[in-house]
Amino acid sequence: MKKSDFFSAHDPRIIPILQNAVIGIAGAGGLGSNIAVSLTRSGIGKLVVADFDKIEPSNLNRQQFFEDQIGMPKVIALLENLNKVSPFTKYQVHEIKLNPENIPLIYKNVDIMVEAFDKAEMKTMLIETWLAKFPNKPIIAASGITGWGKNELLHTRKIDNLYICGDEETDLQAGISPMAPRVGIVANMQANLVLELLLSTK
Amino acid sequence: MKTIMVNGNSLKWEEEMNIDLILKRKNYTFKMLVVKVDGKLIKKTEYSKTFVQPGADVKVIHLISGG
Repeated sequence: MKKSDFFSAHDPRIIPILQNAVIGIAGAGGLGSNIAVSLTRSGIGKLVVADFDKIEPSNLNRQQFFEDQIGMPKVIALLENLNKVSPFTKYQVHEIKLNPENIPLIYKNVDIMVEAFDKAEMKTMLIETWLAKFPNKPIIAASGITGWGKNELLHTRKIDNLYICGDEETDLQAGISPMAPRVGIVANMQANLVLELLLSTK
Repeated sequence: MKTIMVNGNSLKWEEEMNIDLILKRKNYTFKMLVVKVDGKLIKKTEYSKTFVQPGADVKVIHLISGG
């Protein structure tokens, strides 16, 4: 596939901006795998993705993986799938558990950070680390994505360089994971906001 | 009446008003929060010793599991 063919249906003015962008994604589960697929299709130049988890059967209800990838590290399976979508995004994946020490090292060169964790504790840790280390770089987080329906509650809230996508109220019941439509919508709200920020600042 | 703003809504300011008191007045019982006062991040360990002035702009972000 030629690059000009892949991008033939893109607005030509935005291609260089997208191809020069480096986007960080923290987590490669329901949010992260969907965000990565959308940003790859959008033609982002480079994605930096970190996750320490392996694929379980229960992940297939919402995450962009396949049955024959069960047991694989999520970042390795994601790399395999993204390479099938497009060779015009560079992928840097890290099979690692993120913490306040390694986040600034792994993501130091990204233009925008996207929070895609499952656990609230990890979301808080990432946001606090990011706001302290990179106050001038946007971070797009998700909160309140579980359940089904209630499209009208989903929104984006901006607090300086921190953006929150989701309903900010629907709590997770123990042992019940989010479902594909709503986690997919919020993941794509985050990816959509990445494009908006990239294309409005240039 | 002196007030502060919390997530865009007005709240009566009180003497020695710290983050813990603001969360109590707003009935915020969430466990995982990110709090910013006038754009500055306030960590959990600083909630009790961070006092706000009238007119302060407080943002409370509630992080919910699921992803």
